[in-house]
Amino acid sequence: MSAVKIFAALILTKLRRFETDSTVKERFKREGVLVAKLTGAQIVFRALQEEGVDTIFGYPGGAVLDVYNELPQTNIRHILVRHEQGAVHAADGYARASGGVGVCLVTSGPGATNTVTGIASAYMDSVPVVVLTGQVPTQLIGNDAFQEVDIVGITRPCTKHNYLVTDIKDIARVIKEAFYIARSGRPGPVLVDLPKNLMSMTADYKPLKAIKLRSYQPTYKPNIKQLHKVVKLIKGAKRPMILAGGGVLLSKGSRELTKFVKKIDTPVAATLMGLGVFPTKNNLWLGMIGMHGTYRANMSSGACDLLIAIGVRFDDRVTGKTDLFANQAKIVHVDIDPTSIKKNVPVTIPVVGDCKTTLELLNDLLEKEDFSGLRKQRKPWLNQIEKWKSTQPLAYKQKDLIKPQYVVDKLYELTKGKAIITTEVGQNQMWAAQYYHFDSPNCFITSGGLGCMGFGLPAAIGAQIACPDKLVVDIAGDGSIQMNIQEMATAVQNNLPVKVVILNNQYLGMVRQWQEMFYDRCYSCTDMAHAPDFVKLAEAYGAVGLRAKHPDDVEPVLKKGLSTPKTVIMEFMVEREEKVYPMVPAGAPITDMLLL
Amino acid sequence: MNENKQEKRILSLLVENQPGVLSRIAGLFSGRGFNIESLCVAETIDPDVSRITLVTVGDIAVTEQVKKQLNKLINIIKVSDFTDTAFVQREMALIKVSAKPEHRAEILRMVDIFRSRVVDVGADYYTVEMTGDEDKITAFLNLLKPMGIKEIARTGAIALAREKNKGGSNGKN
Repeated sequence: MSAVKIFAALILTKLRRFETDSTVKERFKREGVLVAKLTGAQIVFRALQEEGVDTIFGYPGGAVLDVYNELPQTNIRHILVRHEQGAVHAADGYARASGGVGVCLVTSGPGATNTVTGIASAYMDSVPVVVLTGQVPTQLIGNDAFQEVDIVGITRPCTKHNYLVTDIKDIARVIKEAFYIARSGRPGPVLVDLPKNLMSMTADYKPLKAIKLRSYQPTYKPNIKQLHKVVKLIKGAKRPMILAGGGVLLSKGSRELTKFVKKIDTPVAATLMGLGVFPTKNNLWLGMIGMHGTYRANMSSGACDLLIAIGVRFDDRVTGKTDLFANQAKIVHVDIDPTSIKKNVPVTIPVVGDCKTTLELLNDLLEKEDFSGLRKQRKPWLNQIEKWKSTQPLAYKQKDLIKPQYVVDKLYELTKGKAIITTEVGQNQMWAAQYYHFDSPNCFITSGGLGCMGFGLPAAIGAQIACPDKLVVDIAGDGSIQMNIQEMATAVQNNLPVKVVILNNQYLGMVRQWQEMFYDRCYSCTDMAHAPDFVKLAEAYGAVGLRAKHPDDVEPVLKKGLSTPKTVIMEFMVEREEKVYPMVPAGAPITDMLLL
Repeated sequence: MNENKQEKRILSLLVENQPGVLSRIAGLFSGRGFNIESLCVAETIDPDVSRITLVTVGDIAVTEQVKKQLNKLINIIKVSDFTDTAFVQREMALIKVSAKPEHRAEILRMVDIFRSRVVDVGADYYTVEMTGDEDKITAFLNLLKPMGIKEIARTGAIALAREKNKGGSNGKN
């Protein structure tokens, strides 16, 4: 045998040995790569675990039976909701409280369509959620099969992206892409539609490395030239103002924002979605801006000569009449989504980039600048704001009937501002935003853009699961709590000590308020006097129910409810016709405020 | 420049050649109230990529938003606005025109002048294939109208940018 042959034989034996089980395992240990034959359902869970998913919110059904059959073999916790809308809101709350991605799993047809409202809410508020929907087998798609619906078609305009998987080989890649898209850039919901037949087929599975999409590359780092222009404007401004939005929270940039604010000694307001971005006790804090914003925040926006807007999208509830919004100001707009810039208001300096990265770079640039004379220069402006603050603070007078504001005030006091607050939508949401003061990020979870009633309770469930040691309170109205009240069962089943504060005015309060103010008191279809007994209802679900009818009961009920380590409903019978003030009528400039 | 002036813009999009991409684009336009004047889709040399040539109308703010929104779609690889750049543009039309005996010669003369060609002949009609930019096709149609246009099919505009420093040759795809 020649030397060459011996050498070749050696290589062959090496290669053969390489294929034995033990070496494959070794290779797996070494490279973390194991090619294995798995079913589609198994691939789904492997891919989810690769993304670090440990909790999913879902509801089983025919098309996802194979997936659910695999679920007990994994260490993923499944929260069984009572309605698929609740699953998405819960995933939304989970994502916002944890800063991660929320995940849902539902069946085809009605299971999928029930998720649409939740998806739309997550889309409007840029919340990273991945929704896995079952689909009928590929050969039946398009045949109007039982529980078939084109959910990819339906959710196209309300997802950041969506997929119909038609080949088992694509499952792992699509799930990887879905998570990447959901959490990167401007986050948002991504839906993945999984036909039933793929779930029981088998294919090779190999964990994927990080992916890069040629058609999707969000801009994180802003153009430095633009930032130099911003610094120049800051130096020249006499009446500057900062407006921070949800984008700052999404980029986890509130610390950088605080540094920025202090460095340039400039007052800061937040949008509804931005609450929690800046400490409220700081004297540069203006409060919330917009339709129900504080007097000083709205007046400042009308008078400022420089508005630095960071991670906002100038929603109409923020700007009022856009022509007159900040019409004396040059506007700097920082956002990671270029479509947000110049969409609603003209912008002097657009900055496309991640809020946190941009603020870091701005702070670096500002380090080199001398702002020693600044405090003096800002004085008249800050004095003016102080004057606005003292003439028109948020106020109410507690008399014979419980004022809803008083309940929120007391809640803030008793929880020392440390709770995670979720809200429903309407008056309850605005009172929560106005009277509970959010000093840290990810503590205020509300359906801001879509304004989706029924959001608060499932979102609280998600938040409680993300933060088991925190106190989570849903501030609700008697109307919207009934939209997803069935999730009480989910909370009780999972021993979640979520607290629900119902501000019961027996009206669809916000609509009634508009009817009173703009529709000649024609309370068409807003009287909700026929409601369940919420205390008994809580008990029926196996939760604790408490009620306060008089102002004196408020504190004891809150104390008792908050200290009960169970799911609790606290109902407060509040003054029926209390209104949210201040208020800017729709379409008016936000400096035209109706005050109390 | 008048900011509210309605302008026509020719956009060239390179997109992933996947099912549903066209629907995303069409949905974006209908959902946001943008206009599509014409739209042409076909594969490029890379079978994974299609080129869409799209003509839209709107003021500067709207067309700016159209481009940004298109860029935001995950499946769109590149959005180019050809409007203020050097580009070649073509559109094809098949025109079935009535051809009464007294008009037949005149039609053929016009076909000749416009450098188009007859692709189908019947006892009382010609079908003419016409290629050119939009203005040329419109001019041709206006001339044929008196004879009676029976049917027409137009592709909508397709366009490619001229390459820089190459004297505006057609270049590669």
